[in-house]
Amino acid sequence: MMPTIAEKILREKAGKGEKVEAGEILECEVDYIMVNDITGVPAFEVLDELELDEELKKELVVVIQDHYVPNKDVDSAEQAKALRDYARKYGIKNYFEVGKGICHQVMIEEGFAAPGRLIIGADSHTCSYGALGAFSTGIGSTEAAAAMATGRLWFKVPTTQKFVIDGELKQYVMGKDIILHIIGDIGVSGSLYKSQEFYGTAIEKLSLSDRITISNMAVEAGAKAGIIPPDEKVFEFLNGRVRGEYKPVYADGPESEYEEVFEYNASEIVPTVAKPFSPDNTAPASELDVPIDQAYLGSCTNGRIEDLRVAAAILMGKKISPDVRMIVVPASKRVLEQALEEGLIKIFLAADAFVCGPTCGACLGGHMGVLASGECCISTTNRNFIGRMGHKDSEVYLANPAVVAASALKGRIIDPRELEI
Amino acid sequence: MRIWKFEHNVDTDQIIPAEYLTTGDAKKLAAHAFAKARPEFSKEVKEGDVIVAGENFGCGSSREHAPRALLGAGISCVIARSFARIFFRNSINIGLHLIEADVFDKIEEGDEIEINFEAGVIKNFTKEEEYKFKPLPEFMQKLLDSGGLINYIIKQK
Repeated sequence: MMPTIAEKILREKAGKGEKVEAGEILECEVDYIMVNDITGVPAFEVLDELELDEELKKELVVVIQDHYVPNKDVDSAEQAKALRDYARKYGIKNYFEVGKGICHQVMIEEGFAAPGRLIIGADSHTCSYGALGAFSTGIGSTEAAAAMATGRLWFKVPTTQKFVIDGELKQYVMGKDIILHIIGDIGVSGSLYKSQEFYGTAIEKLSLSDRITISNMAVEAGAKAGIIPPDEKVFEFLNGRVRGEYKPVYADGPESEYEEVFEYNASEIVPTVAKPFSPDNTAPASELDVPIDQAYLGSCTNGRIEDLRVAAAILMGKKISPDVRMIVVPASKRVLEQALEEGLIKIFLAADAFVCGPTCGACLGGHMGVLASGECCISTTNRNFIGRMGHKDSEVYLANPAVVAASALKGRIIDPRELEI
Repeated sequence: MRIWKFEHNVDTDQIIPAEYLTTGDAKKLAAHAFAKARPEFSKEVKEGDVIVAGENFGCGSSREHAPRALLGAGISCVIARSFARIFFRNSINIGLHLIEADVFDKIEEGDEIEINFEAGVIKNFTKEEEYKFKPLPEFMQKLLDSGGLINYIIKQK
């Protein structure tokens, strides 16, 4: 039997010629180690403790200021300063300052993420780069430090689940709806310790941006990775952008290699919302009638130019509900520049939305739009846990950018298709 | 040791809310552990207490601050039906003991228990019951015995 993409990449990075088995623990060489302003400082503090005899593998290290930036208070300013100082002390060249973007968007735009690579990041949504055919996964700060010191880390080879989505997606149905639909089906622990792989005609037709949304939320089902076999769309995106060489990896084995196979008909998937307080608590947007206080468009999940275009097309020439404030946060400086060029920012401002530079912002309840008690937000982000965006008695509903924009107009959660009736 | 009982899918935002992630210090983090979900936890938790939970404990964010906060609060072990993988790795790497065992329906809040890690046995004095669990894989046990990943690496130098 031939291995899955996850097994193949891990086997190659462990320098093992022969087949590896799921459950086996391998020590692998990693291609990149990413840390941000929350997870980076604890990692470098651990690195200090290690008192390395030799230099750390600094060319593998990527440091990105994105979570609490621009700093929300003195504590976060001290933390960002400490990270900056550490990056200087250890001579980290791959350092990205405030305003460059959300870490995963930067990792992709700057050509760190590429097919066949093994990338670890001290942020759970590191699994996003699976959309480019990488095995990428979230880790903690201590092991980030260990990997910075040695260039290696231990991995348990996961079993793999195959998801096949065939058919045509309906209007206003996006990658977000595919992944919410899957999580709603298998549950938030449905892929625990496992790797996901995505196939089918609907996936092949998706833009890279929508694929990133899918891989990004693999972790919300507990998955270690969410991998999509790379195709021309990926190679074209990487052309002139990727750092170094890369080698695409494909699974070429029989279906029996997968632990489970799930099949979905794309035409049956509708604009989907995950209700509080779990990403698997899903329902069709059309079945909800929930008044909202805030609409949030942004994050590593849905803050790309393609997402902004979808929302702007709905908001064009209209005003958001007077009962709603809408917050638009492009995922990176490049996205913001492109949105300015295309006139999207003008559309958002004309609709009375608030627009700011790239940051993780309110997605994790940091700043730039945290919620008061009793408030409700429709959001393109990835988590709706208790208190995720602010007060413990606030609520977050997860949805795609079209649902968020349409809901901002109406002041309640709606299916964007209702706007045309 | 006191048992603190939690439900399924306890996420890391519950364990340590994001607004407190401006330090990596275990003791400082412990002061805000479960600040929103169970405000009494940080006040009443004592050295050696044990958490018992259902499936997927520690899901969500990769923040190592979550197991650090529990370690700082004095939690000696988390027993759950299953763990989210990053939380699992982080705990082992920093030396927080975890037991994967299906005792969610057996151990209640306030039960008196004793854990024998070597034998893989949990004794419940309140219910006069014993539960077996599978010890960790050898490699992970080695990490824990060393006091976490960093001490393991230093010892190997």
